[in-house]
Amino acid sequence: MKVGRRRFLAFGIGGAVGTALTPLPWKLMDDISIWTQNWPWTPVPPKGVVSHVNSVCTLCPGRCGITVRKVGDRVVKIEGTKGHPVNDGGICLLGLSGPQFLYGPSRVRSPLKRVGKRGEGRWEAISWEQAVSEVAKRMGELRAKAEPHTVGCLLPEDRGSVAQLFARLLTVYGSPNVMRRPSIEDTYEMALYQTHGIIGRPGFDLQKTTFLLSFGSGYLQGWGSPVHMFRAHSHLLSNSCRVVQVEPRLSISAAKADRWMAVKPGTEAALALGLCHVIVKESLYDKAFVDKHCQGFDAWTDEQGQKQPGFKELVLGNFTPATTAEITGLKQADIIELARNFAKASRPLAICGRGNGSVPGTLGEFMAVYALNALVGSVGRSGGVLALPEAEYLQWPAPEMDEVAAKGMQQQRLDGAGGDKYPLARYRTSYLAALLKGGGYPLKMLLVAGENPVYDLPGSTELKKALADIPFLVSFSSFMDETAAMADLVLPNHIYLERLEDVPPVFGLPKPLLQLCRPVTAPQFDTRHTGDVIIQIARALGGGVAAAFPWPDYESCLKQVLGGHFARLHKDGYLEGRVPELRFETASGRFEFINTEYKAKPAYTPVIPQGDKGVFPLVLTGYDSMRLAGGAVADSPFMVKSVDDTVLKKGDVLVEVNPHTAGQQGLAEGDAVVLATPAGRARVRVHLSHRVPPGMVAMPRGLGHTAYDPFIGGKGVNFNELIAPVPDPVSGLDAAWGIRASLTKV
Amino acid sequence: MKEEHRQDGPKKYGMVIDLDKCTGCGSCMVACMSENNAPFREDESDKLLSVAWLRLYKLTNGKPYPDTDVCYLPRPCMHCEGHNGHSPCVSVCPATATDYDSATGIVSQIYTRCFGCRYCMAACPYHARVFNWWDPVWPDGMEKYLNPDVSVRMRGIVEKCSFCYHRLQRAKDKAYAEGRREIREDEYQTACTQACPAGAITFGDLNNPKHAVYKLRKSPRAFRLLERLGTNPKVYYLSSREWVRRAGDNYLADEATGAGKHMAEHKG
Repeated sequence: MKVGRRRFLAFGIGGAVGTALTPLPWKLMDDISIWTQNWPWTPVPPKGVVSHVNSVCTLCPGRCGITVRKVGDRVVKIEGTKGHPVNDGGICLLGLSGPQFLYGPSRVRSPLKRVGKRGEGRWEAISWEQAVSEVAKRMGELRAKAEPHTVGCLLPEDRGSVAQLFARLLTVYGSPNVMRRPSIEDTYEMALYQTHGIIGRPGFDLQKTTFLLSFGSGYLQGWGSPVHMFRAHSHLLSNSCRVVQVEPRLSISAAKADRWMAVKPGTEAALALGLCHVIVKESLYDKAFVDKHCQGFDAWTDEQGQKQPGFKELVLGNFTPATTAEITGLKQADIIELARNFAKASRPLAICGRGNGSVPGTLGEFMAVYALNALVGSVGRSGGVLALPEAEYLQWPAPEMDEVAAKGMQQQRLDGAGGDKYPLARYRTSYLAALLKGGGYPLKMLLVAGENPVYDLPGSTELKKALADIPFLVSFSSFMDETAAMADLVLPNHIYLERLEDVPPVFGLPKPLLQLCRPVTAPQFDTRHTGDVIIQIARALGGGVAAAFPWPDYESCLKQVLGGHFARLHKDGYLEGRVPELRFETASGRFEFINTEYKAKPAYTPVIPQGDKGVFPLVLTGYDSMRLAGGAVADSPFMVKSVDDTVLKKGDVLVEVNPHTAGQQGLAEGDAVVLATPAGRARVRVHLSHRVPPGMVAMPRGLGHTAYDPFIGGKGVNFNELIAPVPDPVSGLDAAWGIRASLTKV
Repeated sequence: MKEEHRQDGPKKYGMVIDLDKCTGCGSCMVACMSENNAPFREDESDKLLSVAWLRLYKLTNGKPYPDTDVCYLPRPCMHCEGHNGHSPCVSVCPATATDYDSATGIVSQIYTRCFGCRYCMAACPYHARVFNWWDPVWPDGMEKYLNPDVSVRMRGIVEKCSFCYHRLQRAKDKAYAEGRREIREDEYQTACTQACPAGAITFGDLNNPKHAVYKLRKSPRAFRLLERLGTNPKVYYLSSREWVRRAGDNYLADEATGAGKHMAEHKG
């Protein structure tokens, strides 16, 4: 057929008109776009009756009130409870992540027994009966050999019914080795005891404070009860109050403060005493309070007739603005101005404990900050620091120890806490790696509940090796965390959304607050409440041990030990206590600047970071961020997703280095380097930042999980692998704010 | 709609974010992801590919230690009104998948209409829109927490912050069931506003003098992002720091910042 011009045009135009008129191509395009969007694997969330259940979030020590939104029996969202004394409707990332933890892929779905090599990840699912009997069998064997003290227990808390059930079990069984990780709460407790003679914890009346002076406390990075602190900070802002942050790095707390005082690292206590100097010298202190309530301000004569210098001489002699300026690197004029402003404020308050408070710090520093508060009369008054005595809200029947138990309990604690060397410390768990290797006796069994020491304790590389040598490791973790991955047995607990449990008072709140965590949904997997498991283990052990556990299950035990509180807690969810009157129970019956009994006093104790300056020219320090959970509870997929790309890029963590330091070392943004410290080495990337001073390397806590799932694990480096504890000579607790380090380009 | 069925004139929902209070903690991001069924992948560190309706930007004053300062800035969709509802994204959408609702001031996004041309992403000066390069996949059992009020988005479409529009619908339904015409200020709050632990976000009707946002946006600390583009955004920021306000737009060296200094006055 001949195709002429006319025919060609007719075909072309006809075709175009035909295509334009027929709906077929448009219909096909439309259908394709609809089809490709309706794959069966795109979930359609089922509808259901919406309900709200109130409980408490126990993922961090903050203990916020939560309102859980449910659709049918599904937990869909977690929101803060309006009007709750901790968080009044606010909630943090971790709290919001509850549903991801509840349904997450890292949940341990049944009791597991190790079948492969330790840490290999090969498990056999076993029944709860077998799991309980295996633990009881092991414990029974050790007790029969008169070695009950070689069983240890590691917990996140020592208050609350489950912790006390563990302690009760070990007491009647015969081991003094119940351990918990110490934090700033311990140092605050010591400082409170040294100054007030009261066993308890401080409360901070931030709603009425007019000037907040923070010595390195990450009040917006997880210090105290995080959401409570956020609320307090906003309240201070709305009321035009001043906030001053003393810290070497520009943390978010420093950035949000009205004034950031960039001190040399580790010298916060010197500044506190320098401020005391100015306040005393210029007679700006609250004379009425000091005269009426304080002891040890002026020189005094002790019981032996020895003359003792007072706090006044201590600060006037040693911490002149010139000296303080030299130690801290601040300007003299700034120190004097800060002291005057602080003293002249109507209700000033000073707080301390670095970062989120996981490192206890030195007792001298906490006493210095207490002394500063006392000088301005902010002890025991509204807007100041209050003393909340330890509330013994659980009433336990006294346990009876048999001969084996009594003998075991007389053994020295493995961590030496409360012994001759460190009489003030309750726990020295930060040194667990060293203690397991060189302690008085080997530990033959360790029960770990609610803690993740392999990840969370400083020197975690060493600790992992030391824990591998313990013949029997039992984890009660709800998740396959780093410690559970190494365990011989995993006895998974319900997570907080599935269980009933009392929640002991929160640190930092101005009033004691007792709460009850209530199940909001049925257990998702074959898990069991650790409280029930302890009772069952005790029963299986029989004899005197079983006799100390007369309860059929945890719930009846909780009801009995909570007594009259239970009904009210079950109804309201929480119970607020009263603020006690100002009182001192020291030997002098006053606030003691210098403790008359122990001679503990405010001091600047320089904590020298470990390592040789020649080999490690820089200093590594950790920082806390709300977007990463640094503790025993891991991050959630959402939290990891929220992390900036200047902190985490692909699998690499970025460490902050001052551009000046980076220039000296020939490093550029994003360079891969080996970060080495005396404790370990790791591959990281460089992020140039003016937030850190020259010579410092700052690294976030909360990354570098090796267990869990691919959404959480395998991202960056665990800070705890690179740090080692440094003891405060007085308290014995870890006071390391950093460690010497070097960066080498790879 | 008949005049007598109307509520008291059109609403203009907007947000005021106090950057002095905002700590950059990220709770707003996670609250948004949890409320709006955001997916997650193993590696979310490439932020151009990461599906998040609300992002936090870190601003810095660029000065050396110790004069350096940082500030975080949460960025939801600005729900630009432009001039008479001509938002940059709405104007370019060939599928009418995004629209400006003059009754609420909310810029909608209809996922099933969107065919993924991404013109809107190019037009948006705030990078508030994200494209789904992959179908969302939840680890086995994790899809249990998905919120039935918000549809799960599929590969090949663009999505963005909706000011939690489903919460407005829920509040309206409730008001209707109780025989009320008006919803109260606290009945419709976005997930990020509700979660913010610092109380930095305020949400409400910018047209209603009784709502907190009405007064707050007139604060001398108030500014908006890239105002001079004429986008007329409905998200206001507050900051007492001059360098933060300056970071919000391309100012001349001698130009002052703050409310009322520029064009784009609000038409109630």
